[in-house]
Amino acid sequence: METLTMKVGSLLLVAFLAFVAAASAADSGFAVHMWIVVAAALLATFVIANKADFAALARGGAPKPDQSRYDDDPVRWGVIATVFWGMAGFLAGLYIALQLAFPVLNLNLEYTTFGRLRPLHTSAVIFAFGGNALIATSFYIVQRTCRARLAFPGLARFVFWGYQLFIVLAATGYLLGITQSREYAEPEWYVDLWLTIVWVAYAIVFIGTIAKRKEPHIYVANWFFLAFILTIAMLHIVNNLAVPVSFMGSKSYSAFAGVQDALTQWWYGHNAVGFFLTAGFLAMMYYFVPKQAERPVYSYRLSIIHFWSLIFLYIWAGPHHLHYTALPDWAQTLGMVFSIMLWMPSWGGMINGLMTLNGAWDKIRTDPIIRMMVMALAFYGMSTFEGPMMSIKAVNSLSHYTDWTIGHVHSGALGWNGMITFAAIYYLVPRLWARERLYSLRMVNWHFWLATVGIVLYAASMWVAGIMQGLMWREYGADGYLVYAFSEVTAAMHPMYLIRATGGLLYLAGAIVMTYNVWQTIAGRSRTEKPMSDAAFDPEADRPIVSPQTVPAE
Amino acid sequence: MASRFFDHKKLERNVTLLAIGAFITVAIGGIVEIAPLFYIDSTVEEVEGVRPYTPLELAGRNVYIREGCYTCHSQMVRPFRDEVERYGHYSLAAESMYDHPFQWGSKRTGPDLARVGGRYSDEWHVQHLTDPRSVVPESIMPPYAFLATREIDFEDIDGDLGALSSIGVPYDETMIENAAADFAAQVDIFGDASGLRERYGDVQIRDFDGNPAMLTEMDALIAYLQMLGTLVDFEAAAAQEEAR
Repeated sequence: METLTMKVGSLLLVAFLAFVAAASAADSGFAVHMWIVVAAALLATFVIANKADFAALARGGAPKPDQSRYDDDPVRWGVIATVFWGMAGFLAGLYIALQLAFPVLNLNLEYTTFGRLRPLHTSAVIFAFGGNALIATSFYIVQRTCRARLAFPGLARFVFWGYQLFIVLAATGYLLGITQSREYAEPEWYVDLWLTIVWVAYAIVFIGTIAKRKEPHIYVANWFFLAFILTIAMLHIVNNLAVPVSFMGSKSYSAFAGVQDALTQWWYGHNAVGFFLTAGFLAMMYYFVPKQAERPVYSYRLSIIHFWSLIFLYIWAGPHHLHYTALPDWAQTLGMVFSIMLWMPSWGGMINGLMTLNGAWDKIRTDPIIRMMVMALAFYGMSTFEGPMMSIKAVNSLSHYTDWTIGHVHSGALGWNGMITFAAIYYLVPRLWARERLYSLRMVNWHFWLATVGIVLYAASMWVAGIMQGLMWREYGADGYLVYAFSEVTAAMHPMYLIRATGGLLYLAGAIVMTYNVWQTIAGRSRTEKPMSDAAFDPEADRPIVSPQTVPAE
Repeated sequence: MASRFFDHKKLERNVTLLAIGAFITVAIGGIVEIAPLFYIDSTVEEVEGVRPYTPLELAGRNVYIREGCYTCHSQMVRPFRDEVERYGHYSLAAESMYDHPFQWGSKRTGPDLARVGGRYSDEWHVQHLTDPRSVVPESIMPPYAFLATREIDFEDIDGDLGALSSIGVPYDETMIENAAADFAAQVDIFGDASGLRERYGDVQIRDFDGNPAMLTEMDALIAYLQMLGTLVDFEAAAAQEEAR
C-alpha cells in the first residue's frame, strides 16, 4: 500500500510541478512540452490507481508474479513499440524523400518543412525504432542468458514508459522548432536531462540483472549491451552540456564553440552509430543468430577480439566527419587512420555471425528468418567496408556533403539495423505471446524481398547521386571556369531522388507486411500455408533458475 | 583466451570488472582527440575582425537553428580550388570561435552559406525565403513566408547574451544591458546607432526585410545571413612574398 501511495503521490507532484512550469513558461514550445508532461503524469496516475488490486493490498500485499517465468511484460510492450515507431519513422523518411523530389510537399507550413521533419525522421528510426528494439531485446536476452528474472521490475517498467515520454517530447519538439541543431542529439536540455534519468535506470536494471545471474559466465551479447549502455551515457552527457537561457524556457546554448563543439558533436555522432546502432545491434546478432540457426557462435576467441577492438577503435573515428574543415590536421588524420583500422573488427564480427551458420547453410534457403539475418550481416559487412573507404581523405573530399553519405548511412540503417531487428521481432513474437508459430512465415519472405529490393534501389541511386554531385561541383571546363551552377546540380538530382523514394516505398511496404503478420500472430491466428522451416522452441525450457543457488564465486 | 598473465574468464565472470574495463577502453579515444583541442593554442588562431554576434544577428542565428537550415546547408568552405572559387576563401577556425553551437553542417542539399553575406541583396533574400522557386526555379528549398509576418520578441535577448557570456563569449556588461536597445537600433536607419557601433564595430544597419512597420524574424534571419563570412577582411591579408 505504501508503495502505491508513494507512486501516485510522486506522479501527482510531477504533474503539479509541470503545471506550474507550463503556466510560467518563457516560450510556447516549453509550455506545450510541460502540458504533455502533465498529461503523461495524470495518465500514469490513473492507470496505476485503476490497476491496483485493493482487495489484495488490504490482505497485505499483492501476490508476487510467477517467479518461474521470465518477466516479459516490458519486452512485449517494447516489441509493439518497435513496430509502431518503425512504421512512423519509415513513413516520415518516405515523406521527406518525396519533399526533396517535390518541394510543394513542404505544404507552406512551418511545422512540415524539411528542416523540421528531417530530425523527426532520424530520431524516429534511430531512437524510437532502434532504441525500443534495443531495450526490448536487451531485457529479453539478459534474462535468458543469466537465467534470472529482471532485477527491479518496477524500474524496468519506468525505463520503458520513461523512454516513450522522451520520444514524444523529442518528436513534438522538432515540429515546434525546439532543437539544439546537434545531429542525432537535437532534443533540448530538459529532454536530455530526462533521458539521462531514464538511461541511468536502464543501466541499473541491466547491470542488476547480470549481478543476480544464475550462470557463471556473462554471455558475449551482454558485453556488447553493457558497452553500449555505458558509452551512450558518456556520449550523451558530454555532448549535451549546455547552458539554458532560462529554466522555464526551451532554449539553451552549447557549452562548447566552433572547432571544439564540432569535434565533440561528431565524437558523439559517430559513436551514436558505433554504439547505439552497432554495439547494441551486435548484441542482438550474438544472441538471435545462434538461436535461430540452432548452432553455437562460430568462435569464442574471435568474439573476445571483436568486442575489445571494436569498442576501443570506434570512439576515435569521429573526426572523419570533419575532413578538410577547420579542425586541426592531426585530429583529422587520427580519425582517418582509426576509421580504416575499424574495418577489421567490423568484419571480424560479420565473419563470426556468418560462420555461425557453418553446417547449417541450407537454412538460408529454407528459413526466411535466417535469410533476413544473413542479409543483415551482409549489409553490415558492406557498410563497414564503405565507411572506412569514405573516411580516406581523398575519397572524402568527393563524398563529403553529398548524397553518397546518405546512401551509406541507409545501407547500414535499412540493411543492418532494420533487417536484424525485423528478424529479432519475428523470432520474439511467437515466443512472447506463446503462439505455436508466426501467422505466416511466407510473409516474412515477402518482407525480405520488398526490403532488399528497396535497399538496393536506395543505395544505388544515392551512390550515383552522390558521386555525380561531387564530380559536377568540382568540374572545370576547358576555359578554366567551373562548369555547373549549384542549381544545375540540384536539378540533376531529381531522377535519383525519385528512385530513392521508390526504394523507401518498397521498404515501407515490407514493414507494413510485417505489421500485419505480427498483428495476426498476436491475435492468435495462423495462416494456412505450406510450412517452412523455423527454429524449434520449447516453452518449458524457457524458464529462469529459481533455486536459491547463488552466483558462483567470482 | 587464457595465458599465464591474463585470463579473460575473470572479466567474463565479474560484471564490475567488465564494466570498468569497457569504460576505460571507450574513454581513451575521446580523451586523446578532444581534450587537447581545449589547450593547444594553434587549434584556433585568432584573426582580426572576428567579433561576437550582435543581438539581432544572434536572434537570426537562432531562427536559422530552429528551422533546421543546417540539415541542408553547410557553413564550412574546404580549401579546394573549386570550393574557394564557388563560395569564397576557405573557412578559418576563428570564424566560428563564438558559435555555440557550431553550424558547419554535414550536407549540401543547398549551397554552402559560410560566405553568403553580401552576395545577394536584402530584397533577393526576402523573395527567396518567401518563395524560393520564384528566384531559383531549380530550387527544392521549403518556403519560409511565415517569417515575414512573425513579429520577433527581443525584450529578453539580454538573457541569451548573458548565457553566452557565462560560457566564454566576450559579451561585456554594457553589451548585455543594452542588448534590447542594440537589437532595435540595428534595424532603424534613422535612430542613434553610436552605442551599437561602439560595442560591435562597423555592423550593417538597415531595415532588412523591407517592412519598417514591423520587426520580424525575417529581419533577424537576413541580418544574420548578410554578415556571414564578412567579418574577416581577406583582401587585407596580402601575400608575404613577391611572386617570382
